Amino acid sequence: MFSKSTHDIAASLSRRGVLAATAGLMLGLASFTGAKAADDTIKVGVLHSLSGTMAISETTLKDTILFLIDEQNKKGGVNGKKLEAVVVDPASNWPLFAEKARELITKDKVSVVFGCWTSVSRKSVLPVFKELNSILFYPVQYEGEESERNVFYTGAAPNQQAIPAVDYLMKEEKVKRWVLAGTDYVYPRTTNKILEAYLKSKGVAQEDIMINYTPFGHSDWQTIVADIKKFGSAGKKTAVVSTINGDANVPFYKELGNQGIKAKDIPVVAFSVGEEELAGIDTKPLVGHLAAWNYFESIKNPANEKFIKDWQAYTKNPKRVTNDPMEAHVIGFNMWVKAVEKVKSTDPDKVIDALPGIEAPNLTGGVSKMLPNHHITKPVFIGEIKANGQFDVVWKTPSLVPGDAWSKELDGSKDLIGDWVGKKCGNFNTKTNKCLGSGS
Amino acid sequence: MPAHLSARLCALALSLLLIAFALPAFAGPFEDGVAKFANDDFSDTEEAIGVVASSGNKLAFPIISALQDGRLMADPDSKKVYVTGTDGKSIDAATGEAVASVPDSASAVRLNNRLRRSVDAALGSLTLQSPDVGTRLQAAQSVFKSHEETALEAVDAALAKETNRSVKAALGDARAAILLFKSDATEVEKLEAVATLKARGDQEAMALLTGMGDQPASVTKAAASAISSIQSSLAVWSGVQNAWYGLSLGSVLLLAAIGLAITFGVMGVINMAHGEMVMIGAYTTFVVQEVIRTRYPALFDYSLLIAVPLAFLVAGAIGVLIERSIIRFLYGRPLETLLATWGLSLVLQQAVRTMFGPTNREVGNPSWMSGAFELGQITITYNRLWILVFTLAVFAILLAMLRYTALGLEMRAVTQNRRMAASMGIATSRVDALTFGLGSGIAGIAGVALSQIDNVSPNLGQSYIIDSFMVVVFGGVGNLWGTLVGAFTLGIANKFLEPVAGAVLGKIAILVLIILFIQKRPRGLFALKGRAVEA
Repeated sequence: MFSKSTHDIAASLSRRGVLAATAGLMLGLASFTGAKAADDTIKVGVLHSLSGTMAISETTLKDTILFLIDEQNKKGGVNGKKLEAVVVDPASNWPLFAEKARELITKDKVSVVFGCWTSVSRKSVLPVFKELNSILFYPVQYEGEESERNVFYTGAAPNQQAIPAVDYLMKEEKVKRWVLAGTDYVYPRTTNKILEAYLKSKGVAQEDIMINYTPFGHSDWQTIVADIKKFGSAGKKTAVVSTINGDANVPFYKELGNQGIKAKDIPVVAFSVGEEELAGIDTKPLVGHLAAWNYFESIKNPANEKFIKDWQAYTKNPKRVTNDPMEAHVIGFNMWVKAVEKVKSTDPDKVIDALPGIEAPNLTGGVSKMLPNHHITKPVFIGEIKANGQFDVVWKTPSLVPGDAWSKELDGSKDLIGDWVGKKCGNFNTKTNKCLGSGS
Repeated sequence: MPAHLSARLCALALSLLLIAFALPAFAGPFEDGVAKFANDDFSDTEEAIGVVASSGNKLAFPIISALQDGRLMADPDSKKVYVTGTDGKSIDAATGEAVASVPDSASAVRLNNRLRRSVDAALGSLTLQSPDVGTRLQAAQSVFKSHEETALEAVDAALAKETNRSVKAALGDARAAILLFKSDATEVEKLEAVATLKARGDQEAMALLTGMGDQPASVTKAAASAISSIQSSLAVWSGVQNAWYGLSLGSVLLLAAIGLAITFGVMGVINMAHGEMVMIGAYTTFVVQEVIRTRYPALFDYSLLIAVPLAFLVAGAIGVLIERSIIRFLYGRPLETLLATWGLSLVLQQAVRTMFGPTNREVGNPSWMSGAFELGQITITYNRLWILVFTLAVFAILLAMLRYTALGLEMRAVTQNRRMAASMGIATSRVDALTFGLGSGIAGIAGVALSQIDNVSPNLGQSYIIDSFMVVVFGGVGNLWGTLVGAFTLGIANKFLEPVAGAVLGKIAILVLIILFIQKRPRGLFALKGRAVEA
């Protein structure tokens, strides 16, 4: 029976044309475990796009999980069992995410899944994880307004990234006028709604906020950059808060550089631009533009330095960069390992109940903790782009910030909390003392 | 003995004198200021910039300019600060004495945006009388931007000596900007300042006028009229700007579509892998630049010129291979062609992803394609300008080729009447392969240009394929001039809609307009007439 599943993995891998190296590793793992009984391994699902538009970001996360599993197995695995990765390719296709998630849980019988990048892919797999009662670790910063029993959010909620970044610009750069520019989908729209409410609560007038959306992969930024320049010449210090996602960032920054908008005139703070994205641009004209993350590769810390060294050795690429969602996977993976070791089982109900309260060190010197709302505590860093494509941290929060599942800035969600420990509810209304349940 | 003693006394007095002179030099405000650079604290650095810039010390300029370029090294342990020159030699920033080497524990003093502005302002007033015209102009402009009262004296002094006309104008603007914000300037001075800024007439002048705060009534009134006059002139310029952006977008569309106008327009092959040919061209540019970077860095500015013929050959060869191995079996079966080429596009994308990795690859802009220049009140970026010129050149060469070469004649003959051409002795299948190769090769050239403004990633082609088909269908299938007019029409329409409707709605509106247009004229702007239509 097990040889069949080995064959399935091998066949499905070659069908999808995953990198030969991965296939080799997987085959190696599969044949190694094939000698033992099937339940001698714990299977870990990896649900990241390896082809299509999102492959640019998600392939690295797949490699990260394979790296972490490799490291864990060197330490003897978990509860005396080796870990075994099951990699599938949802191909940047949102419905396919749900199909592949179902396949991972029912056919491959994985104990946990690490995956998804875009919010729409997460929304697409949610019903599957609920129905089949499994666990998903989601590593990317997102718009919040969600707390599900089966999902653990290791990326930043808006109060762990967007709000501190705006605070920094207000205090340090004395910004009075704001351009909120984003790609047209759910994450930028919700984040901008939260930021707009927050800015207004700080006394910013409506005419000092410009909101602009562009399609995915937008490449002609001439008009918008000229508009930003015009908006910025009203005699008040102006900044751009960018939720522009993915490929569109490169032509955006190129246009900024070419039209001569310098960071000292109009700084751009980005929530989706990290080391990986900058690898494709000449960063000299961008020096001084900002990014807000919970991790930067340049942060000096023994844990981080060891991680970067091991990662570059594992990928056999001394130039391979690290980034924030990778760190989120590191924290999430270690939390899961600790929870499984604590309850000595991979039973989803037991692990879900054990996770809140579990602590795991992050790579920037602190210890992150899983909260009852399934978000974690993280430090927030503001980094300035340097000429070498890395970031120079210019500001950080004094302590770790707990993630809010529901934004305190929006009328619809300010009374809601997620609490899977006491209330057993993801959207508990503290005013009416009622759980809204899955209907909302 | 007395002589001996007096010599000693003399030496003592001299050294006392020296100490008396040297002491203030070691503990003066300038030295204290310089030492603050070593604290690695942004507010301390800002104070230090202020102290050093206003000290009048001749080391001020080297220190501040080193700070700007990241050459100011500070040792946090000994609190010593060093200036590393562009020639690699170092001096102690407090004393100006040469040092053999900067200790390893020293690191460059860090800046943030606020400090970069202070540095600019400080350098501005320090270099107003530099012997170099370019430096003076830049200095005047940064003083204009920072318009701090303290710079007024320096500006007046520089203005008195200045002979260059454009620097003089820039200094005049800077003076006006300072006076406008100076609380104790007279009303007459302020009115003059408003008039100067009105004459300048650009966005920055308007920013100063709108942000000037409380002023005497007469000044406020003059400013209001200056603002409205600047606004109306800027409105005209923004129309010109939209037209330029439209031309530029149109040239990108044309460049992407021009190869498709051959494969789809002339040959009738629905080639979904067209975008991937563009991508292959872009990756060829990347490989060329990689080789140049590692082996012949001096040639970097010519990398694109080298990449153009190579991209044409690589993409063209792949095109011929595709035609010979797949497409020639599918002539006359559009649905199968569509599916086969679509599958092919996925194969090519994944192949590139496996070879080069899924992340973006950096293709640099040569120096002649970076930056921008001002034309009146609009900014024209060099890369867009060169792409427009390049596109028109490619278009002209292609037209000439079809019109005047033997291959062009054969191509036209085969597309107009294949059987007749065959019976005249033209090897039609060879012409098919070459035509497809030509279309693919031109797509490859487009990739070289597009690598300058877009991502070089395996998905590059996908973003252009829909637009390309749109342009070819809208312009009229089979007509190169139609493609030209179609591309520029769509580009300009898009750019005039975008400021009104936003980028997302603008794009939707363009699609709706095209659908309506195709309903009315199914064959596009320039329909082919006569027998060729039925063929």
